[in-house]
Amino acid sequence: MAVKSRGRWLVLAIPYLWLVALFLVPFLIVFKISLSQDAIAQPPYEPIFDLSAGWEAFKDAFSQLSFENYSYVLSWDNEFIEAYGSSLWIAGISTLLLLIVGYPIAYGMARAPKSIRPTLLMLVILPFWTSFLIRVYAWIGILSPEGLLNQLLMALGIISPDAPLQILATNTAVYIGIVYSYLPFMILPLYSALEKMDDTLLEAAADLGCPPFAAFWKITWPLSLPGVFAGSLLCFIPAVGEFVIPDLLGGSDTLMIGKVLWTEFSVNRSWTVSSAVAVLLLMVLVIPIVFYQNLQAREVEGR
Amino acid sequence: MSTGVAEKTQKTIGGIRRKFAPWNDPQAVPLIRYQNVTKRFGEFTAVDNLSLDIYEREFFALLGPSGCGKTTLMRMLAGFEEPTEGKITLAGEDLVGTPPYKRQTNMMFQSYALFPHMSVWDNIAFGLRQDRMEKGAVAARVEEMLKLVKLEKFAKRKPHQLSGGQRQRVALARSLAKRPKVLLLDEPLGALDKKLREETQFELMDIQMELGMTFLIVTHDQEEAMTVADRIAVMNHGKLVQVAPPAIIYEQPNSRYVADFVGDVNILDARVESIAPGAVTLRAEAAPDMSIRVSQECPAKVGDTVAVALRPEKLRVELDPPADPSVNCLSGTIWDIGYLGDLSIYHVELPNGTRVKAAKPNLTRMVERPITWDDKVYVSFTPDAGVVLTS
Amino acid sequence: MRKGLSWFNVTSIALGFAFLYIPIILLVIYSFNASRLVTVWAGFSTHWYWQLFQNQQLLDAAWVTLRVAFLTATIATVLGTLAAITLTRYGRFIGRTLFSGMVYAPLVMPEVITGLSLLLLFVAIGLDRGFWTITLAHITFTMCFVSVVVQSRLVTFDRSLEEAALDLGCTPFKTFFVVTLPIILPAVISGWMLAFTLSLDDLVIASFTTGPGATTLPMRIYSQVRLGVTPEINAACTILIAIVTVVVIIASVMTKRQEMERQKAERLAAAEA
Repeated sequence: MAVKSRGRWLVLAIPYLWLVALFLVPFLIVFKISLSQDAIAQPPYEPIFDLSAGWEAFKDAFSQLSFENYSYVLSWDNEFIEAYGSSLWIAGISTLLLLIVGYPIAYGMARAPKSIRPTLLMLVILPFWTSFLIRVYAWIGILSPEGLLNQLLMALGIISPDAPLQILATNTAVYIGIVYSYLPFMILPLYSALEKMDDTLLEAAADLGCPPFAAFWKITWPLSLPGVFAGSLLCFIPAVGEFVIPDLLGGSDTLMIGKVLWTEFSVNRSWTVSSAVAVLLLMVLVIPIVFYQNLQAREVEGR
Repeated sequence: MSTGVAEKTQKTIGGIRRKFAPWNDPQAVPLIRYQNVTKRFGEFTAVDNLSLDIYEREFFALLGPSGCGKTTLMRMLAGFEEPTEGKITLAGEDLVGTPPYKRQTNMMFQSYALFPHMSVWDNIAFGLRQDRMEKGAVAARVEEMLKLVKLEKFAKRKPHQLSGGQRQRVALARSLAKRPKVLLLDEPLGALDKKLREETQFELMDIQMELGMTFLIVTHDQEEAMTVADRIAVMNHGKLVQVAPPAIIYEQPNSRYVADFVGDVNILDARVESIAPGAVTLRAEAAPDMSIRVSQECPAKVGDTVAVALRPEKLRVELDPPADPSVNCLSGTIWDIGYLGDLSIYHVELPNGTRVKAAKPNLTRMVERPITWDDKVYVSFTPDAGVVLTS
Repeated sequence: MRKGLSWFNVTSIALGFAFLYIPIILLVIYSFNASRLVTVWAGFSTHWYWQLFQNQQLLDAAWVTLRVAFLTATIATVLGTLAAITLTRYGRFIGRTLFSGMVYAPLVMPEVITGLSLLLLFVAIGLDRGFWTITLAHITFTMCFVSVVVQSRLVTFDRSLEEAALDLGCTPFKTFFVVTLPIILPAVISGWMLAFTLSLDDLVIASFTTGPGATTLPMRIYSQVRLGVTPEINAACTILIAIVTVVVIIASVMTKRQEMERQKAERLAAAEA
């Protein structure tokens, strides 16, 4: 539209500046602190750039920046690299499990009669509105050694009363927690991709002699791929940095980078190392994040 | 509109329509002037150095295929697009730079664009309220408009509670309510079914006449343009190809493009053999053994290659050659027949393989027609049937 | 071709919903347990609910959380709607890629990174941490969700409605308030609700950006959960679940009724035509 006005620029400037100030600038600060050294001071790092101290002081502060924290984090002696690897592994396995669990549900929902689809959709979304923390918490009571799952299995005589299954505080519990918490995020994109699909495509395939199972792999699956990608990325990326689930459900040997970062920050109080951990985590995730952004922009803006 | 009213106004309308031709009057001052207007969207030129005058009280149609620039031309008048170059004036006032909400034009949108959260009444009153018109006057005008489009009973309904035809009328009433200097109609009848569309075309003409307003309609439907418009501008690739009243567009197209776009036509390539005042003799490549006479001032020189356009309904298909030697005659065989009920379309193959179409009204009730597949036939037409085209 | 549901479809939906709902249902049931041991059923009791209402710390935390969530949702809705308009309506502008990147990235950004970076910003500019820093942080990440919700509505918005308003003499500014906003309002409201819930729910970002005196409900629950499962927390969770369930069900019943009325009116109009 050719209508131009000052108001138009205000509409752009307000959210833009907000995000620059509270999203972009913080990252630059994180990056800068990741190049600094710990110090016993407030704030607990140095150097501090003080523009009022003049150009020489600024240059001096600049020369103090180093990659020391990175070599510390990336050294094999510390468990950071292992934590990155294990986070990616856990997030990857969880995403695969989510896909296996979520796809049949989304597929069933998309095939359900039109009249009950909104209800099904609401039932999927409803748990999402209840607190994430509560949903993770609910599993503690189920998975603990004296928990409901073990009680049930004992009552059924599947396991002996003296040998309860040790699920809580293992990686299995983390997988269950992630799959449970992220399931709506996987189902929704899959459902919207499957629901858009034209039924006559399958009829055409059948008409041309393709049996139902083959039709699924040749027609339905390829057409649902955008949903598969969107759902997988939507689950994988936050799962890599997940903190609450490994903290509450995982054990001491569950190594995930989100938890490591938190520990480094709040227990070891090393702001500089946790910044370096965050920068490296972002670098690990930058490719899937950019990929997701493009997918999202295409979906939402219809370009 | 009920037939009673239509009949009553029809006589006076006929009287006005017959005499109405301000474009032939050198004294007449155009209401809308496009002067060397160009509009580019990036690399794409939608409107290309175009000039056009439209007169007051005219019902003017922009006709062309999609992407020809007709909608852009209209949207520049409404103010939704600014011309890249050139000037647009409305009643002598330069419009360039004036935002849409300050222009005295109103538009009826293809999608109707009725505000879904407002009642029919509020939709129609919307424009009047923007002008801060006094309450009583708004009410009076809205009532008048509702009466005009016969929706008095539906004033309180919301748009989704109306049928397609009713929505179309609300959109019309809303755009007319402010009495704009020009009403712009963007494919206004495209969403209606054929029968309703035909009825509404006549209604639009009556309303235009009754209110004495200038209408500019954009359409890709040539029948619609021919029915409603005083003049039609045929557009292609951002340029005007021909601007003329409907009968001239159809009977005297100025180019192959216009002849082909408006109605059905046979176009034969031919060479000019001789020229006499008011008459041309041609030899068509498709029928080299016979010459074709066209009674028209020749726009070309002897020896030039031109095209001759022949409308199917002006061709006669007979089993015997015509008796009158002044009638043009080509011989061929029936290649195919399309039976449409009211008409039969005969596809005749000429000796070199070119096919021409001839329409023949089925005047008698017969199931077996005398002319059938593979018959040897004569296609004849009078000298005033053809049009010589040089472009 | 077989239409509708096969046994496979029905089974997968049933198992899926069982998986989604059984943990929550168990949690609710055990909040009424008389025993202090959460996993042993000792009869029905509402004891823990009374206990809960005497837990001043928890109530304070709930009040802080509600205030943060309300402010967050309101401001984030305004900012997110502006961002959505910019992304759907402005075409190309300088810095568009950066802008859309900043809008979509927080949707998937690990919370620990967002939390850490905002904390370091607040420290760097010397802002006292507490209620306001949590709110600022929450606005930043929730406005992106609002923006996506509103954008998906704006994409399908018929632009000619706005053009019609302009054409009828309405200024662009007024057009937004009398035509655009009323039509996209349902999306704006769901954006608000989404922002509200996300803020209500957030633990990690709030933990990073909080300061003395500003403890949110998730933070309070989390610190108790780490010490073990208690029926009191079960009761608190049940109340939260009940509120959310009631609100969501009312909202969906209302939209469904509206939709049905609209369809009825359309059928009526079609029959008259």
